[in-house]
Amino acid sequence: MTTIPLDSLNAGEQGHITGLAGAPDVRRRLMEMGLTPGTLLRVVRFAPLGDPIDIEVRGYHLSLRKHDARQIMLLRQ
Amino acid sequence: MSICAADPSVSGGQRIFTIAVMGNPNCGKTTLFNALTGLRHKVGNYPGVTVEKREGAVSGEPSLRLLDLPGTYSLSARSPDEQIARDVLLGCLEDTPRPDGVLIVIDATNLERNLYLASQVLELGLPAVIACNMMDLLREAGHELDIRELSQRLQAPVIPTIGHRGVGIDKLKAALRDLCTAQRSVNRPRQWSLHEELEKEVRHVAAAMTASGFASPEGANGAALLFLSERELPANDHLPSLVSHSLSEAQERLRVHPELDVSLEVTAGRYAWLGELVDACLKRSERNLHGATDKLDRIFTHKVWGLVCFAAMMGLLFYSIFVLARPLMGLIETGVEGLQQFTARHLAAGPLRDLLTDGVIAGVGNVIVFFPQICILFLFIALLEDTGYMARAAFLMERIMSRVGLPGKSFIPLLSSHACAIPGIMATRVIENPKDRLATILVAPLMSCSARLPVYTVLIAACLPGNPWTKATVLLSMYGLGLITALTMATVFKKTILRGPTPAFIMELPPYRVPRLSAVLFVMWDRSKVFLTRAGTIILAITILLWAATHYPQNAQRAAHYEAQREAVLASGAADAESRLEAIAREEAADQLQHSYAGRLGRLIEPVIRPLGYDWRIGIGLVASFAAREAFVSTMGVVYGVGEADEATPSLHKRLREAQWPDGRPLFTPLVAVGLMVFYVLACQCVSTIAVVRRETNSWRWPAFQLAYMTGLAYMGALLVYQVGSALGIGS
Repeated sequence: MTTIPLDSLNAGEQGHITGLAGAPDVRRRLMEMGLTPGTLLRVVRFAPLGDPIDIEVRGYHLSLRKHDARQIMLLRQ
Repeated sequence: MSICAADPSVSGGQRIFTIAVMGNPNCGKTTLFNALTGLRHKVGNYPGVTVEKREGAVSGEPSLRLLDLPGTYSLSARSPDEQIARDVLLGCLEDTPRPDGVLIVIDATNLERNLYLASQVLELGLPAVIACNMMDLLREAGHELDIRELSQRLQAPVIPTIGHRGVGIDKLKAALRDLCTAQRSVNRPRQWSLHEELEKEVRHVAAAMTASGFASPEGANGAALLFLSERELPANDHLPSLVSHSLSEAQERLRVHPELDVSLEVTAGRYAWLGELVDACLKRSERNLHGATDKLDRIFTHKVWGLVCFAAMMGLLFYSIFVLARPLMGLIETGVEGLQQFTARHLAAGPLRDLLTDGVIAGVGNVIVFFPQICILFLFIALLEDTGYMARAAFLMERIMSRVGLPGKSFIPLLSSHACAIPGIMATRVIENPKDRLATILVAPLMSCSARLPVYTVLIAACLPGNPWTKATVLLSMYGLGLITALTMATVFKKTILRGPTPAFIMELPPYRVPRLSAVLFVMWDRSKVFLTRAGTIILAITILLWAATHYPQNAQRAAHYEAQREAVLASGAADAESRLEAIAREEAADQLQHSYAGRLGRLIEPVIRPLGYDWRIGIGLVASFAAREAFVSTMGVVYGVGEADEATPSLHKRLREAQWPDGRPLFTPLVAVGLMVFYVLACQCVSTIAVVRRETNSWRWPAFQLAYMTGLAYMGALLVYQVGSALGIGS
């Protein structure tokens, strides 16, 4: 199975995080917010103008720009 | 050097214990802090940063003092808030001794992420109590939390609480009391392991920290891990040299292990341990914890309805600060005038009376006249924050605002600035990134505020020809010009002096909660008060200064001249004596203003403003506008001898139209009027704004820069209008 970046998921789809890339500070912050490899993540919706994204992770909602979401790789479930 | 050994502060023979309050944003920390302190606390700033410092004694326990730290998600130091939180806990912040204990607030409905911070804090070895808040929501959804198990695994007492209902507060107080009686560091070894190499370096650095007295033996491992997980050494000169040496050596050695991903090690390891811990303590039911939130979000973040609701809410906000505040402001103005008349009647004429009525009372009036708008705006913001809608507003606006390099949270401050820049600038506190916040502060006064409206109105009514539609279009263009310039300048600043990596937008969308009136009113009062105490004093001082500038120096000869005229009128016993006396008073006021320091300044700057088509009389208006822009209108009233005037006074319109240069050319041509309006759109003629920016940025540098760049823009704008217009022969 291939992994895909978070921003290419559709609203309502979910997947497990396989890895994070990108700027070290952003990557670190995302992991501190609970987006560590193996975590289940669900795309809830996109903002009315298409960006940012509302995701659900570890039982709470987090919003991210697509630009940053692109750095999060997932295994679609 | 032992920075960490805090001297026991003693007050009235009783030892005072300081307890730091920590927690994630939105965990109910502030509600608990208020419940514990009974709403009595002081607000201050940490030295050098604009992070708010709130302190208060526990009610009924005067020896327990709480220090509310900013809400953070972790102890890594990437934002000023996080840095403050970490430095306070480690005791390496000036003016703030290391706390004697910590109260960690966690949200029971979001345990894993809340425990991430909590466990980082616990590893620092300080005596700690955990308040497990929002227990009502957890129980309502049918989840069961084993508090005893949680407490055992975290090695700290856990007290279940429901902050807004005051449940658990007494137990919490008792636990805090016990904590201070025991008063010793607690060894809570980390219960999850790191990569072997990292583990080794943690031990090295911890040894250096213990040896230098930087950390207690119990907390050294936790502190060492915090510093080692940073990519760079902290720019913090409070570290003992032994520690910073050992840290840089350790990081050097870690660099030769490229396979070692420190960020991943420290976050994934902790979360894996926490995942197991929560599974062991929490019995989950099938019911969704946030069902109501999900339903509301289907509307509030909907592609159509979300934007409609947002527009409606912003409309209401704008209406309230623009329209609802008016009667209150009118009331204050009437009150101030009444007080002025009262003192004028009851004090003997002289410099003291003038100082009191026109300087002090007018100055106080200048401050409190903003108060209704500030209160209404903060009431709104507190409501938006307390309900959780603020995060949605940012979610909706992020995309649009990012076009000009600003975050979504800049929208509300910039919108509010159309009513008044003062509350707008104060509202930028919701913006976390310091550069984004500064950019918003710098451009906020470009939005046409309500104080500019009288200036626009008088110039349009008196000097512009054409039908009402043309006039309305000009007025709207002025608002448009302000908006476009503000957004352009924001882009410019974000690309030049405030350049930096675009901060990642990683924002929690907290569950919606029913706002609590008392909490909302409290926040409103808390923030509005800051305006009165901090900015108010500067505004008052400058108003008095400007008053002096328009009233001094006084000239005995001139006074005698007018006194003689008055006596002549009275002696003549003419029927129209009263109106002739008024005419003399108007003439004297105009004469006095022309010869005052402000008048001289007006003449002094005439060569500079000549290319804009202005004479020295307009110069006086520009100078006087610094007290408040609408002062332009009343100053023109005095200069042109029409006495008390506002923007609707017909005699003022007539006099402005009739005003001439010495060679007989009309002064207020339509072109000059438009140029003057452009000047008012762009110029930062407002001491209150300067005072508030000073307060919000904690330095004079930024208000000075703002004054300079806005005055420059205003001058260039007005110059362009006048010179190009003259060259093309438009509107002369």
